Amino acid sequence: MGEKEIDNRFSRFGTVSFTSITKVNDFINYLEQGKIMGTRCKTCGERFFPPRADCCKSLDGNMEWLEVTGYGILQTFSTLYYAPAGFETDLPYTIAVVDFGSCKVFGQLDPAIDAKSLQIGMKLKIAVHKLNEKQLIYRFQEVQ
Amino acid sequence: MGKVGIIGVGQSRFVRSFRGSIRELAFEAFSEAMQDAALSTKDINASIICSAPEYDKQRSPSAVLAEYFGLNPQPTCYVESLCSSGTTGIRLAYSLVQSGLHDVVLVAGFQKMSEITSAESQERMGRGADIQWEAPFGTMMPAYYALHAQAHMTRYGTTLYDLAQIRIKSAHYGAQNDKAMIRQTLTMDAFVNPESKFTNPIASPLRMGDCCANADGASCVIVANEEKAKAFSRKPIWILGLGSATASVNMAGRNDFSGLAAAVEAGKQAYHMARVEPKDIDVAEVHDCFTIAELMAYENLGFAKPGEGAALIRAKETYAEGIIPVNVDGGLLSKGHPIGATGGSQVRTIVLQLRGEAGAAQVEDASIGLVHNIGGVGIYANVMILGRE
Ligand SMILES: [Zn+2]
Repeated sequence: MGEKEIDNRFSRFGTVSFTSITKVNDFINYLEQGKIMGTRCKTCGERFFPPRADCCKSLDGNMEWLEVTGYGILQTFSTLYYAPAGFETDLPYTIAVVDFGSCKVFGQLDPAIDAKSLQIGMKLKIAVHKLNEKQLIYRFQEVQ
Repeated sequence: MGKVGIIGVGQSRFVRSFRGSIRELAFEAFSEAMQDAALSTKDINASIICSAPEYDKQRSPSAVLAEYFGLNPQPTCYVESLCSSGTTGIRLAYSLVQSGLHDVVLVAGFQKMSEITSAESQERMGRGADIQWEAPFGTMMPAYYALHAQAHMTRYGTTLYDLAQIRIKSAHYGAQNDKAMIRQTLTMDAFVNPESKFTNPIASPLRMGDCCANADGASCVIVANEEKAKAFSRKPIWILGLGSATASVNMAGRNDFSGLAAAVEAGKQAYHMARVEPKDIDVAEVHDCFTIAELMAYENLGFAKPGEGAALIRAKETYAEGIIPVNVDGGLLSKGHPIGATGGSQVRTIVLQLRGEAGAAQVEDASIGLVHNIGGVGIYANVMILGRE
């Protein structure tokens, strides 16, 4: 990437992204590879999701990427019947918080899951989803 | 250290769409508070203006309002902490007065939300949460509170019926408040009849009846040091305790969704400073932007144990005649929620209660009151305890 080009990769995150430039832009490249990545502070070992560029304990930016893997436990959820501008055609959709043990993740549920079958405490996994040519997101999926 | 008192309160009517500009809207509350305190503009040493800037077309509205109020050349500034901006302004006024820098400080909050559409305002409200990591999933404020409602229901067995009871209480008192936007009483039929708009799903488990409405409105509170408060006012109401706290913006940073940690922390601070306990509170205003928010406030403020908030409303103990009257002015659910004006409106209600001037909703012999004002979904929390003595 040329020096004068603006690295706005993060504009590709989600249906509508309000942020385009961030020090953790590599998150998008990992999504392209099918990986959902958090960061870990190499100085103190603290894990972060969403990924952070800076550690507020060590006061430095000595970070490494670490994949969110395995199964998580559904903490809470809500199905939306009204949406902010840009999301109207997606309705209804479900947002959720899932605890993967080493970190919690906020995100959307795979629309293939019947919202009526949801129960706090159930197991879910996480996977990358391509919304279109450009936009990428991650979604929680049913564990078969 | 001397005491700090509230010597004047004012509020515009909260309406769907105010026919005037922001300066004219704010002036309605300003003039009422000034007349309430019987002050002239030379008595005001500084002003603090509170609103949520994403709804304002005017940049830096504090200067515009200070001019329109006739408060030049006194200093003014603008503060915001989302829906808790108003009580953040009063907290700063307290510190300006207590530091000795000023004797009398005026705090005005306003919001004219009608200039943008409801979808636009929901999207802007959603941007009060984490725009980098959450907004790309299509979040909005009702959904954030819905996450908490779902957790509370699952953990404690709280029901939609319990939440509806809170809205029915709100409507009962909203009907008595001539400054409230929504003034019709409700029965449980509105929450069981599938034809009723109140049963429309918004963000599960929350339905339309669980949500407050956008409004245009303004509030004003005048704060003074002990000497000036006694000189200017026959019935000053004293600020006994102030608590303020924050919590993680991103939902992934929270350990518990059945309450608001920032409200618990702010409540503890306020009780400690005022040297009172939850049982000492005679009347409370809590931030009921959603029915679940009021239920969590019962528990977070210690009016009920965690999980036992629903029992309070089932027994009608938060009505004016109950153990702990809550939102007997109709709350945000009936008054409407003009973001920057809300905190000042809550404080006004408690001041009127403690003066014995609350009209039909007067709680008998109320001497200690509490205000709980939340920004976002518990991102910011302010708790204030007021007293007659
Ligand atoms: Zn560190």
